[in-house]
Amino acid sequence: MKPFQYKRARSVEEALDLAARSPASKFVAGGTNLLDLMKLEAETPDMLIDVNAVGLDRIEDTPEGGLRIGTGVSNTELAAHPRVRRDYPVLTRAIVAGASAQLRNMATTGGNLLQRTRCPYFYDGNQPCNKRKPGSGCSALSGDSRQLAIIGASDKCIATYPGDMAVALRVLDATIEIRSAQIKRDTPIADFHKLPGDTPEVETDVRRGELITAVTLPRPLGGKQFYRKVRDRASYAFALVSIAAVLGEDGSGRFAVGGIAPKPWRSDGADAVLRNGAVAAAQSLLSGATPTQDNAFKLTLVERTLDAVLHTARG
Amino acid sequence: MAHNEAGTALEADTSSGFNRRDLLAGSAACAFAGSAARADDATTAPAHVVGETTSVRLTINDVDTHLNLDPRTTLLDALREHAYLTGTKKGCDHGQCGACTVIVDGQRINSCLTLAVMRDGSKVTTVEGLALDGALHPMQAAFLKHDGFQCGYCTPGQIVSSVAMLDELKAGVPSHVTSDLNRPEASRVEFQERMSGNICRCGAYSNIAEAILEASGVKA
Repeated sequence: MKPFQYKRARSVEEALDLAARSPASKFVAGGTNLLDLMKLEAETPDMLIDVNAVGLDRIEDTPEGGLRIGTGVSNTELAAHPRVRRDYPVLTRAIVAGASAQLRNMATTGGNLLQRTRCPYFYDGNQPCNKRKPGSGCSALSGDSRQLAIIGASDKCIATYPGDMAVALRVLDATIEIRSAQIKRDTPIADFHKLPGDTPEVETDVRRGELITAVTLPRPLGGKQFYRKVRDRASYAFALVSIAAVLGEDGSGRFAVGGIAPKPWRSDGADAVLRNGAVAAAQSLLSGATPTQDNAFKLTLVERTLDAVLHTARG
Repeated sequence: MAHNEAGTALEADTSSGFNRRDLLAGSAACAFAGSAARADDATTAPAHVVGETTSVRLTINDVDTHLNLDPRTTLLDALREHAYLTGTKKGCDHGQCGACTVIVDGQRINSCLTLAVMRDGSKVTTVEGLALDGALHPMQAAFLKHDGFQCGYCTPGQIVSSVAMLDELKAGVPSHVTSDLNRPEASRVEFQERMSGNICRCGAYSNIAEAILEASGVKA
């Protein structure tokens, strides 16, 4: 690990001020992904700004009937919160489908959104990777891509966003609050994660010196809520395909898919044909897909996983 | 340096016929004396330290401990190499195996993925701190009774993790296999899911499950 300075911020303002003055700094909260990457020197900040004591650890009701979640809230706390369990069960289900209990106790809401891909070439400093070292090439294109993206990727990068929580946030239409030393702004979850295009190193809407401070959920949607995750072992593995769905009694609804793209994947067109069944909805959602030989199976897997969710919903 | 002290102790103790448990208990006790002295000894920082060290106070197994650490030091390395508590194991060092599981302020975490400096002021329980007044913790006794291990390397992590896991279940924290999110119930399936962060490469899982079932009082 490269040497770095460690600073514990006591307020959001102090954290932002430190970040503004130290362009190569990183915020750290849970650290479960960042420290891992620092050990591999895939991340080399010269300063860590610890934001665990800046007061982002609250979950509050909003005047609109929704929920405002501080980005410092741990995955375990969020999954276990009484209102989340009652009103947003898809979020609880998604969180507990990810990682292990030990990691969920450390990992935070903000860190989970900002976690980096688990593409093996991003982690391996000996291999070209446009995300880790822009312009060096993509090893995954002709390499092991079973776990990687089938849609939304580019010829520069086929990495996936690996998380579960954000897939539920996508189906719930969450909003992310972003602060810098100067301004506060909101970004819908739909626009939060970026597609790689020619700049796979740019993964989110968060710019240098900005801190994500809250995730806001709109009023509860009701309906039946599901999170179904398909992976290589029964627990403690990243998704090959995962589906977050909120379904009404009449068969209408909305769904987002994880494990297949650089961001949680959802489309209005696919939601609109969901009542016509899994085949129609999956075809609509995956139109324009560019899978590799290794991961073309995910096209079928999305359709069948969605079918399983719809089947369970019909009870 | 921790490595050298431990290495010397190992040779001395094996030749005099001490068993491994005496050896570990003995070297942990020496270590604490060493760590207390270290606080005043910051000028003779080990050669691997680059730049300044940071003062970190931890209450480890109810013992107040003051360490001067390179900020890069993980909690795992602080426990093993600086507080000389080698019960907590380094498996993968990347949060994938759970061998390094310890309880910090009541919650089990992977000590390899947190910096010691981030835990300044915290209360840490390691496997060395589970026994009370010389009696094994019921979970330790259950692992022994059910042979919940083969090589034993993952065992401290398994035991610490399972102790905290039962507390999480009692607190109502749901899991991936909980049917009613508002009412998680203790069962073999719940234990298996909740222990998935602790890998056992020997595959002693069935005996580990038996041990946890017994310690939890749940009928199989």
